Amino acid sequence: MQHYSMNLKLKVWRQRNVNEQGHFETYDVENVSSEMSFLEMIDVLNEQLIAKGGEPIAFDHDCREGICGMCSMVIDGRPHGPWKGTTTCQLHMRAFKDGDKITVEPFRANAFPVIKDLMVSRSAFDRIIQAGGYVSVNTGNAVDGNALPIEKDKADDAFAAAACIGCGACVAACKNASAMLFVSAKVSHLALLPQGEPERKQRVVNMIAQMDKEGFGSCTNTYACEAECPKEISVLNIARLNREYLDATLSAD
Amino acid sequence: MLDAKIPQGSLSEKWTKYKGSVKLVNPANKRKLEIIVVGTGLAGSSAAASLGEMGYKVKAFCFQDSPRRAHSIAAQGGINAAKNYQNDGDSTYRLFYDTIKGGDYRAREANVHRLAEVSTNIIDQCVAQGVPFAREYGGLLSNRSFGGTQVQRTFYAAGQTGQQLLIGAYQALERQVALGTVQMHARHEMVELVIIDGKARGIIARNLVTGELERHFGHAVLLCTGGYGNVFYLSTNAMGSNVTAAWKAHRKGAHFANPCFTQIHPTCIPVSGDHQSKLTLMSESLRNDGRIWVPAKQGDQRPPNEIPEEERDYYLERRYPAFGNLVPRDVASRAAKERCDAGFGVGTSKQAVYLDYAAAIQRYGKAEVSKRNLGNVSPDTITQLGKEVVKEKYGNLFNMYEKITGENPYEVPMRIYPAVHYTMGGLWVDYELKTTIDGLYALGEANFSDHGANRLGASALMQGLADGYFVIPYTLGNYLADEIRTNNIPTDHPAFVEAEKNASDRINKLISINGKQTVESFHKRLGKIIWDKCGMARSEKGLKQAIEEVRALKKEFWSDVRIPGGINEMNPELDKAGRVADFIELGELMCLDALERNESCGGHFREEFQTPDGEALRDDEKYMYVAAWEMKDDNWQLHKEPLNYEIVKPSQRSYK
Repeated sequence: MQHYSMNLKLKVWRQRNVNEQGHFETYDVENVSSEMSFLEMIDVLNEQLIAKGGEPIAFDHDCREGICGMCSMVIDGRPHGPWKGTTTCQLHMRAFKDGDKITVEPFRANAFPVIKDLMVSRSAFDRIIQAGGYVSVNTGNAVDGNALPIEKDKADDAFAAAACIGCGACVAACKNASAMLFVSAKVSHLALLPQGEPERKQRVVNMIAQMDKEGFGSCTNTYACEAECPKEISVLNIARLNREYLDATLSAD
Repeated sequence: MLDAKIPQGSLSEKWTKYKGSVKLVNPANKRKLEIIVVGTGLAGSSAAASLGEMGYKVKAFCFQDSPRRAHSIAAQGGINAAKNYQNDGDSTYRLFYDTIKGGDYRAREANVHRLAEVSTNIIDQCVAQGVPFAREYGGLLSNRSFGGTQVQRTFYAAGQTGQQLLIGAYQALERQVALGTVQMHARHEMVELVIIDGKARGIIARNLVTGELERHFGHAVLLCTGGYGNVFYLSTNAMGSNVTAAWKAHRKGAHFANPCFTQIHPTCIPVSGDHQSKLTLMSESLRNDGRIWVPAKQGDQRPPNEIPEEERDYYLERRYPAFGNLVPRDVASRAAKERCDAGFGVGTSKQAVYLDYAAAIQRYGKAEVSKRNLGNVSPDTITQLGKEVVKEKYGNLFNMYEKITGENPYEVPMRIYPAVHYTMGGLWVDYELKTTIDGLYALGEANFSDHGANRLGASALMQGLADGYFVIPYTLGNYLADEIRTNNIPTDHPAFVEAEKNASDRINKLISINGKQTVESFHKRLGKIIWDKCGMARSEKGLKQAIEEVRALKKEFWSDVRIPGGINEMNPELDKAGRVADFIELGELMCLDALERNESCGGHFREEFQTPDGEALRDDEKYMYVAAWEMKDDNWQLHKEPLNYEIVKPSQRSYK
């Protein structure tokens, strides 16, 4: 792999806090190595800003290995940037070339208020989980793990849905700021497993109710969520969610 | 001398007897008792959820924006449990023995046996929560092998086991939040411990969004705040992982045990340049099927695929035929360093070895051919089928490697090198997980108790969940049973006022330094000192130098650090400055501890103490103890907890 160095222009959203108006600022970043991650490039810019007496750009990040779901950012109009199936922290600078101008914004949705610069609050997701995204089992009551065999295909599908990292890219990608992909991933994960069966109906109804209450938009099947999801969660989960919801609301007990 | 309060009786009955005789708190009283849980990784989430279910009033804190993001989420390979589902000779005793031996005889027998006992309950609990573990076609749970064992006892969910277990615990936690038993405070960091009449009674937490300091009362405080690997700057830890909560407790009297026992993980993606902010682990599970090698000739420049079989040195298989590529982490890391130091390293930096999947791809490909009864097929088909199997087992790890390095590991061997990963040391706790401060507990990686001088793979998840789900719900009751008459202490109590003032003074002091150097630059320099002199190999001379250098760095930090922004707002640089200041103090203690321990054991390798063939040379006569350090007036005093091995006979660890 050939490595190279580049000079970039960054147009970045700056906003002091949730109450103040935000705006774009433009920065030059020089000698960026193609081996850096996108966040390491911002680290370099931040060090430069501090050295010049300015304030660094605030952004969410933690594990930097694509699993915690903390990093966000819309890069050139795409949540988590140009690479498919990749979080911002795993995006590397070889995706860009010398002289590129890159626009960086926070995830934008009414349900995700900006905290500062590129940081947003995604606590709405926690509240959706609180509404029913679990199996009601207290510690200590479990039967042997192998007492209940589960078809491998179902277990694999449940895992694929459970791989959601709760980053919110699906919401940021959607023109309606819908959270359907996130909600459907959790509903699918638990609906596919026998452990989720007893609360199956009330779970989907309650989680959808909370989703609406948080101010997320409706799903109009554009599949932008799937296209931008860093974990490539399938929109088939949304189909399953709709089926689950209909089943729960239309069928008699 | 420290008393771990280990229950009497034979090893295998201690925990059962303890549970049968421990004091209980009745449900009406539980509702009146408040518990503070700091950190929401596997230990914290599982503890908060379980205690909430029992009826206690819990307040949980995490610095991330959601409890689901704690760094347990990044654990890849798996979780051990002595289920013996594979009928390959596993048992509670075997898991106990492997853990003690893997830890190089520096762990406490009673704790480790309890851990092995409850390991099976963890799997059952997680399955009941809907954790989607990997399964066989018959629908039963699948297992794989990890280092330092000869059985298959590791349960997993692809390379995302930590994620799935944490989501399970997080969902249990959110269920309690919905029920009102747990109050969750995300984006909060503990900055002071509050002690009243010798007992931990609360914390001062900083709201990271507004910068406000908040006072929180609790009848007991649980620190589930993870390890301190980020003292090295570069590690596989998350960027925010820190020692601050544990360090505040240490400064207030909690002993810090075995700080020099740090784990350098053998299979990580090598450093690529000065800009590097963190290192990425490639799961130990890859050593199940991958073969590690370097060229047999020094400085061999050929691309790996052009080096013929007979000119490769599979050095782990050569040195350790019985365990081969699955030796414990400390052994594998040192062996990699030895080869690289001797000039056999590969890649541009020469600080890397190969992890090769070519043989595994062929093996799996051939197995698929016979399983599907395909008869005579082309070599390309075999390779293709093999790659599909490898993709199913390790696909996410291979993808991650490719994203970071730009190289395709299905075609060329991965380049790997050891990196800081886990810290066995931590707050000293007794059998009940209580620190030396009454009412203050430490769970998971934040304590020191179960892994001795080296942790075996897939045991961190096991310990975090054991502590949270199955140990603390019992041991905490033993303390709280005597606290039912303690009313909630109002937070205008002088101890709260003073603790808040301390925290606020320190923040003011940090921000008013207004020097020239960034927090990041200090952290990098600290990391370099500790990595060079208290990393994979340590010596008396190096450690003494390191102590001097860290002390000088501390002085420089407190006179020249620059922190932009204000106090009463979201200010990540200020948060980081507080953490780095604590890491600097810890760095000194780590070197002191490493210097005091004149032996090599597990991850602690003193160059002066090695066998003729380069293995760690323990000194059981003099050092079979836990080193617990007490901080007094900015200096440290050593306390010792002798380790008594009743069952296992310590011997020179052999994986040959």
